[in-house]
Amino acid sequence: MLDCGMHMGFNDDRRFPDFSYITRNGRLTDFLDCVIISHFHLDHCGALPYFSEMVGYDGPIYMTHPTQAICPILLEDYRKIAVDKKGEANFFTSQMIKDCMKKVVAVHLHQTVQVDDELEIKAYYAGHVLGAAMFQIKVGSESVVYTGDYNMTPDRHLGAAWIDKCRPNLLITESTYATTIRDSKRCRERDFLKKVHEAVEHGGKVLIPVFALGRAQELCILLETFWERMNLKAPIYFSTGLTEKANHYYKLFITWTNQKIRKTFVQRNMFEFKHIKAFDRAFADNPGPMVVFATPGMLHAGQSLQIFRKWAGNEKNMVIMPGYCVQGTVGHKILSGQRKLEMEGRQVLEVKMQVEYMSFSAHADAKGIMQLVGQAEPESVLLVHGEAKKMEFLKQKIEQEFRVNCYMPANGETVTLPTSPSIPVGISLGLLKREMAQGLLPDAKKPRLLHGTLIMKDSNFRLVSSEQALKELGLAEHQLRFTCRVHLHDPRKEQETAMRVYSHLKSVLKDHCVQHLPDGSVTVESILIQAAAHSEDPGTKVLLVSWTYQDEELGSYLTSLLKKGLPQAPS
Amino acid sequence: MAAHLKKRVYEEFTKVVQQQQEEIATKKLRLTKPSKSAALHIDLCKATSPADALQYLLQFARKPVEAESVEGVVRILLEHYYKENDPSVRLKIASLLGLLSKTAGFSPDCIMDDAINILQNEKSHQVLAQLLDTLLAIGTKLPENQAIQMRLVDVACKHLTDTSHGVRNKCLQLLGNLGSLEKSVTKDGEGLAVRDVQKIIGDYFSDQDPRVRTAAIKAMLQLHERGLKLHQTIYNQACKLLSDDYEQVRSAAVQLIWVVSQLYPESIVPIPSSNEEIRLVDDAFGKICHMVSDGSWMVRVQAAKLLGSMEQVSSHFLEQTLDKKLMSDLRRKRTAHERAKELYSSGEFSSGRKWGDDAPKEEIDTGSVNLIESGACGAFVHGLEDEMYEVRIAAVEALCMLAQSSPSFAEKCLDFLVDMFNDEIEEVRLQSIHTMRKISNNITLREDQLDTVLAVLEDSSRDIREALHELLCCTNVSTKEGIHLALVELLKNLTKYPTDRDSIWKCLKFLGSRHPTLVLPLVPELLSTHPFFDTAEPDMDDPAYIAVLVLIFNAAKTCPTMPALFSDHTFRHYAYLRDSLSHLVPALRLPGRKLVSSAVSPSIAPHEDPSHQFLQQSLERVYSLQHLDPQGTQELLELTIRDLQRLGELQSELAGVADFSATYLRCQLLLIKALQEKLWNVAAPLYLKQSDLASAAAKQIMEETYKMEFMYSGVENKQVVIIHHMRLQAKALQLIVTARTTRGVDPLFGMCEKFLQEVDFFQRCFITDLPHLQDSFVDKLLDLMPRLMTSKPVEVVKILQTMLRQSTFLHLPLPEQIHKASATIIEPAGESDNPLRFTSGLVVALDVDATLEHVQDPQSTVKVQVLYPDGQAQMIHPKPADFRNPGPGRHRLITQVYLSHTAWTEPCQVEVRLLLAYNSNSRIPKSPWIEGGEVSPQLETSIEGTIPFSKSVKVYIMPKPARR
Repeated sequence: MLDCGMHMGFNDDRRFPDFSYITRNGRLTDFLDCVIISHFHLDHCGALPYFSEMVGYDGPIYMTHPTQAICPILLEDYRKIAVDKKGEANFFTSQMIKDCMKKVVAVHLHQTVQVDDELEIKAYYAGHVLGAAMFQIKVGSESVVYTGDYNMTPDRHLGAAWIDKCRPNLLITESTYATTIRDSKRCRERDFLKKVHEAVEHGGKVLIPVFALGRAQELCILLETFWERMNLKAPIYFSTGLTEKANHYYKLFITWTNQKIRKTFVQRNMFEFKHIKAFDRAFADNPGPMVVFATPGMLHAGQSLQIFRKWAGNEKNMVIMPGYCVQGTVGHKILSGQRKLEMEGRQVLEVKMQVEYMSFSAHADAKGIMQLVGQAEPESVLLVHGEAKKMEFLKQKIEQEFRVNCYMPANGETVTLPTSPSIPVGISLGLLKREMAQGLLPDAKKPRLLHGTLIMKDSNFRLVSSEQALKELGLAEHQLRFTCRVHLHDPRKEQETAMRVYSHLKSVLKDHCVQHLPDGSVTVESILIQAAAHSEDPGTKVLLVSWTYQDEELGSYLTSLLKKGLPQAPS
Repeated sequence: MAAHLKKRVYEEFTKVVQQQQEEIATKKLRLTKPSKSAALHIDLCKATSPADALQYLLQFARKPVEAESVEGVVRILLEHYYKENDPSVRLKIASLLGLLSKTAGFSPDCIMDDAINILQNEKSHQVLAQLLDTLLAIGTKLPENQAIQMRLVDVACKHLTDTSHGVRNKCLQLLGNLGSLEKSVTKDGEGLAVRDVQKIIGDYFSDQDPRVRTAAIKAMLQLHERGLKLHQTIYNQACKLLSDDYEQVRSAAVQLIWVVSQLYPESIVPIPSSNEEIRLVDDAFGKICHMVSDGSWMVRVQAAKLLGSMEQVSSHFLEQTLDKKLMSDLRRKRTAHERAKELYSSGEFSSGRKWGDDAPKEEIDTGSVNLIESGACGAFVHGLEDEMYEVRIAAVEALCMLAQSSPSFAEKCLDFLVDMFNDEIEEVRLQSIHTMRKISNNITLREDQLDTVLAVLEDSSRDIREALHELLCCTNVSTKEGIHLALVELLKNLTKYPTDRDSIWKCLKFLGSRHPTLVLPLVPELLSTHPFFDTAEPDMDDPAYIAVLVLIFNAAKTCPTMPALFSDHTFRHYAYLRDSLSHLVPALRLPGRKLVSSAVSPSIAPHEDPSHQFLQQSLERVYSLQHLDPQGTQELLELTIRDLQRLGELQSELAGVADFSATYLRCQLLLIKALQEKLWNVAAPLYLKQSDLASAAAKQIMEETYKMEFMYSGVENKQVVIIHHMRLQAKALQLIVTARTTRGVDPLFGMCEKFLQEVDFFQRCFITDLPHLQDSFVDKLLDLMPRLMTSKPVEVVKILQTMLRQSTFLHLPLPEQIHKASATIIEPAGESDNPLRFTSGLVVALDVDATLEHVQDPQSTVKVQVLYPDGQAQMIHPKPADFRNPGPGRHRLITQVYLSHTAWTEPCQVEVRLLLAYNSNSRIPKSPWIEGGEVSPQLETSIEGTIPFSKSVKVYIMPKPARR
């Protein structure tokens, strides 16, 4: 099973996947060899405790080390909001999260993990968030690559997704931005920095509502380096709690970040922020410029909303929304230009501060998806994680550019794709030795013809010599002979004709053993040729050619040779 | 590495031994020579196991073999080869054969037959490969011999079908290095051997082993390097290899495609899947562009680099590289660059305040969107955004090269370059600023671009800021607001980083003189003059005010109406600045003021010729009047030296030549003076005192000659001869003086011998130039050489004395371009009264910042010297990375010097200065028996002496005693 996410939009049972699709009835463990989690976002791992503890699954769960570290923090946070704040019952508990995490097996990048005798998985770097990975799943010679979410353009703290030319049978790729081609990230970054810088220079306070993980770190790095470069002094704050823990893991998993951070961490770990400090509620009233990162990202509750209310009245201040806002949130309202907000208790908040929007998204755009498809060279592509209309466009493009099949199944739909797997067959030693004795040593790169019997028994393929096969199966051997008559125009006697046939064959088939037997017949290896007079026409002789089916090749060659007739006798 | 060092140690060791032998008896050495092969023979016979034999061979390989004995050694090795069963020993022998055949002075054609012979009987693939390598060594040693090359190529072709990739690799390498055109083959008359090497190599492009494929492409490139014209058919084959599974193959293929595109830029190739045809160079460009988004970063770097040198590509394709069609939900979107441009042209400033600011506009036809770039589309957009900074730098470099050749492209790529100013890696930022400077002739910055550029002025890295100042020096700004913006930002920079003062002033100087008309309307505002009221006089020492004045005065130079706007104190300040900062403030034609400076004004072009003539004339006068009476000569020399020095000060472009000749004349003057001394006529006991003068003169001449040789860049060989000649004379003088002042003959022996060695050395080094030295001191000296060799020191001295007096004054030919090396220490400024306090025994780091001009190879020659008050001197070698190269002929040293001393009772000053280290031995032609690269490192890097070439700066320091 690839990923085990939840739906953010629902608060009832629809929030978690319906696992009965897999089992109908029976235990999940019997149906699943393993579960692979691509990264720690809740839409990819949110249902994990429910799945493993409440529904019940005891098999291994594979994820990368950073995901393993950060995932429980997010799950715990999510649980708190759902249970403690909203008071929901029938939800997984902290203990369940812990138990669930005990089933996790961490994998390294490019490490091939043997799940069982047949199944092996391998992780590739995917960008997107810390620890995001793409997984190659392989059974025998057939393989599937599942990308999870990925990003093909590097950013300030993560590199670009990369995969080798693994030529999988199927590539399952996300397609969030199937119909978007993005502008250069530099323009975006420059705009962002310029806006923040200007506001701070004029003594304003800048509020950046973010979600705790992922883009938040990206923006922190961006501001931190900018502050460093420009020698700015205004303080930057980050709201405490979840983020601090997460930042700690960012510091630890340096190998998962981009080139710049990896190269410079010996001097200084980029996540040990010099300019960014923990936020305290009291700081919001401090005079002078400052930048504050506060959660949550859509200004719908919590600290970010509190700060927003404090600062909204001053036109020097600024709020920058770095991501998408759901309809109905304060964030969405101010972005759509609303200047007067009704807060709870019939208060009206007048928004004088500047409102900016900026999209920092870490998904691959259409070009990026195409680039990845080009890199992996799959036999077919399957699009997921996107809108059907947009996928339609991308599907058409992929089919057109790469000439591969592309699928975009709806939820619950099954796709069957034909593959041509190579099947290993065991060869018996006796047969092999016999074959070797015949001549050349086997060459791995060249095909070779050999005779034998293929025995298929309980999904087990063996190639053995025919005698052995007969013995094993307890069958008696049947002789199969082909006989053929060749009419030859020759007025001479049978013996002479035989003699002529003998000398002719002797001269043509130099590397075969041709014999003239005393009874007047000719043998080539095991093929028997007899000459007889035609009953009606004495001028025509009938050659009787007979061979066993093992000598089919030589036999048919011989008949075709004889059919051409004998060369004129030198007499 | 360790093995390598060890080898070197052994080599040196053996060399020393040989030299000793040479001194004792040369015969002995000859006896040892043949024994070398004999010893090897014995060793190999003794060897009981292959491991033993291998050990002996390894030992043997550590020692060099003389050319004469190579043949014998080879025979013995071959003999053992035939007997040997162990492949590893055979392998070693084969590799030894290759090494031996490289020995200078040995002609390896005699080995070849044997080598080919054993090749045919060899079974082990590794040994085969090694033998082919040996053949390659032999073949490269004999490039003229066509027949041998032919044979080797035949051998290589025969083994191409080998199953081992190593053997095929080597064969292809051999073909690449030795294969020649068909023509020469047919000439030989061997009908069957008509082979097309290119076709044979081309067949291996589809080998099953990636290493062989790579080797085949490399061989093809090798053919190209050797001057063979590659066939155009290779292009298609190479294109197929671009989608190879292995990165080294792709990387090599990119190179090959580039080569072919340079060979046949104009030929036409069809586009697959359509009927159109395009030029080959355009097609290749498109293909290489595609590789910029390859999976392997090595390939990406390679591709990005090569793009820069494809200048023949048509502009249509070139501009595509910057093109990336944006879309959002299938609707066309404008890029931020386009939006910025539009906003600018509509006169609005970017608001960025609306959410839908970048809302997508028109719908796009789904069929027309091309997600996989067919050609060059967006190559640079990808390259500049790459994850690896190596790729980004390569892309910036390529962008620079292409922009230099195409002004329209330069205009287009500007936006992208400006974006690169915000890269996270400093190296990339620096590179893009430099690039921008290089193409600045072709571009004018828009205001919004200027804004971004200027934002970088706040960067905390000094290199970046200074590079940016340089860039601003040569940019074109389109509006007066732009100039104002630039000035404001520069002043901000000045307050934030006061150390940038000089650089900013210089930048404003150029900015002013480039845009006089744009500065003119800003003047009242900048000087804050008011039509009715007098305003307060600004502080003259304020660097910011000076910066503004520098801008205005330089603009006023070409804008005569500007001075009318100045207030009274501005004129006063002008006079002050003109004197104190004359390099920044030009002479102005001010109303009511005579243009006094015009007479001295150095910058007017017509003066150039006369002054050069003057220089020539005065030098000729000196050279022609050499037979004047001593008194007259001296006076003339003194006069000329003075003239030259003054000329050098006035004409900066002639300073090098003038100084150089003046120094030479001064040497001559010193020599004449020394020879005029009375001491030569006085009896021995009395001249003790006078001799000081003469020996001091000799010493000074030596110093001056070293300066002449090493402190000037552009000194050619003919000058070096003269300089060495002068030095020889000084040495002779020294010898004579010591001969007269010391008693006893013993010390003289050594000195005489040394001197004669010097003469011999001179003759060896400058044998080709000797004809030019007719009638000179050395000419005469060499005539008498046989006599000198045999005579006693006293006689030698006598002969030298007369010769020195008779010798004529050599004419010093002036080199084309000559510049004196100079250095200025910017930091430490040496003005601080606060001592640098530190605990004694520990170290304190002193930042040293200096500019060096016309220093060749500063990394190895420039040293920092620290002189402590107790006379202790310390020489510090700066790291090579401490030197930056901001422009041709200029270097910048930014380094840290560590000071330490025992405790002092009170603060005291240490002196810091820069030295130029030299080593006259580096001019020795390399001895033929030492192969290149094996010269012992000490010889190359040792310092013979140093010349101080900067003013020393005093730094106040105070080592405190450590507290207990």
